[in-house]
Amino acid sequence: MKKIIVEGLKYKYPLADSLALNDVTFDIKQGEFIGIIGKNLAGKSTLCQALVGLVPHFYKGAYGGKVIVDGLEVKNHSIADLSLKVGMVFQNPFTQVTGSKTTVYEEIAFGLENIGIPRTEIIERIDSVLDLLNIEQVKDHNPFDLSGGQMQRMAIASIIAMKPDILVLDEPTSQLDPAGSEEVFQAIQSLSKQGITVILAEHKMEKIAQYCDRVLLLNNGKVVDFDTPGKIFSREDLEGYGLTAPVYTRVCKALGVKKAGTDEYPVTLEEAERVLRGDGA
Amino acid sequence: MIKIANLSFSYNKETRVLSGINLEFDRRSTAIIGQNGAGKTTLVKLMKGLLKADEGKILIHEHDVSGKTAAQLARTIGLVFQNPNDQIFKRTVLDEVMFGPLNIKMDKQTAKEKAIEALKMVELDDKLEMNPHDLSLSEKKLLCIASVVAMDTDIIIFDEPTIAQDHGGKEKIRQIIQALKDKNKLVMTIIHDMDFVAENFERTIVFNDGQVLLDGETRDVFSQKELLKTACVEAPGITKLAERLGFKDTVLTVDEFINMKKTYSPPQ
Repeated sequence: MKKIIVEGLKYKYPLADSLALNDVTFDIKQGEFIGIIGKNLAGKSTLCQALVGLVPHFYKGAYGGKVIVDGLEVKNHSIADLSLKVGMVFQNPFTQVTGSKTTVYEEIAFGLENIGIPRTEIIERIDSVLDLLNIEQVKDHNPFDLSGGQMQRMAIASIIAMKPDILVLDEPTSQLDPAGSEEVFQAIQSLSKQGITVILAEHKMEKIAQYCDRVLLLNNGKVVDFDTPGKIFSREDLEGYGLTAPVYTRVCKALGVKKAGTDEYPVTLEEAERVLRGDGA
Repeated sequence: MIKIANLSFSYNKETRVLSGINLEFDRRSTAIIGQNGAGKTTLVKLMKGLLKADEGKILIHEHDVSGKTAAQLARTIGLVFQNPNDQIFKRTVLDEVMFGPLNIKMDKQTAKEKAIEALKMVELDDKLEMNPHDLSLSEKKLLCIASVVAMDTDIIIFDEPTIAQDHGGKEKIRQIIQALKDKNKLVMTIIHDMDFVAENFERTIVFNDGQVLLDGETRDVFSQKELLKTACVEAPGITKLAERLGFKDTVLTVDEFINMKKTYSPPQ
């Protein structure tokens, strides 16, 4: 089932001279884990915001084409309606904090209260996301006293608690240490395995390669390619788009070793190890 | 350049953030790594005089930090914050970058020259009149780097400079670090991007639970697999791959890997 359909989407921010998104077309099936890559200003964050309706409802600007999220056409539905279907974790967690709550616990409750979840269920859901994101120990802290990493975990927790069918994340682990990002990616993967559709914009190519089913490559507001990590990262013109493949792909490219029987280079540590040991893949 | 002796610090009575730190810094570029909450940011705030130590001493150029105000220290040591919104004050990009130099009493002409030079390095010199808050997160991070570079301090500390940067942005930061090294400045960085550490820093210090767990040449540090695990730090991807394939030496870059691969065949 197609969960998200984007057709000929064009968008220009107010006062901007050029299109931030230019004729973007793709679709995503339910339960897919999709990565969005591209250099800065390629349109990744704008596309994320177009999926949750902040583009165009919040930012205004010129808008053309169609975005249909779980049957709702974004243009014709309010951000509030869309928020029941799709949740978004912002790039900078500071931007997402409400500023009206004095504890992490209350902050996570904010979205749930807004959509009218019963009190007992709110408590259950908060306890479960505190555990999932491993921030139980700071539940009584003020959100603005948290470290960058803790605040990012809280931002993700508040969205996951709302149990959206579709989860959009804009660089969700930028403030986290490597062990922390791995933990968060695994938490997202477990949601994806439960059937939640995940769309994630990210610069950490190794993580994209390891976790995503398909990767959307953007450049100057246009879709260059939408395919498996193996196909995308094996493209010879990747650097022309300001991107570097995972280190495992780069080293195999330099050595000219592809996965046995394919035209693709390895993209993960495990694949690279197998190929370089000569076991094939 | 910096000498730290028996330094301890806590934000409240229950938890000690740093305990008994002894470190000396020369001009080698240095990466400080370790888990969130290990005490990295606290350490640099102490050096910069933004926090006061409970015990122990920090000497910068032989002068005790505790006897100086943060304003006095600002001429010697610059810190780029992790969150750019914490350090942006002005309405235009140019004013923002001139703010620091003017505050340490640089004359207006020199401040402007330094500011434009720094903005060229981060390629924001075409946006001098823009409001900093209209920049993207990655541009704001580069703006903050320029603001500190323009102050021309002897010591420059970056807290997570590569956050939100794409390949091009990281390349700019790499060049800035190199340019600062060439000017004989001490460059220190708190960072979670291990590939960037391996390619750019001579010395690496691993923090764990408020203490120094490892300290040495970057190559030696990344060869200490077990200790890294204790600190929940991973070696760079290329280092892990080489190790899995049974290479004898610790590899830090793709080029080293390729050279070594030529002279090596895996055990069957």
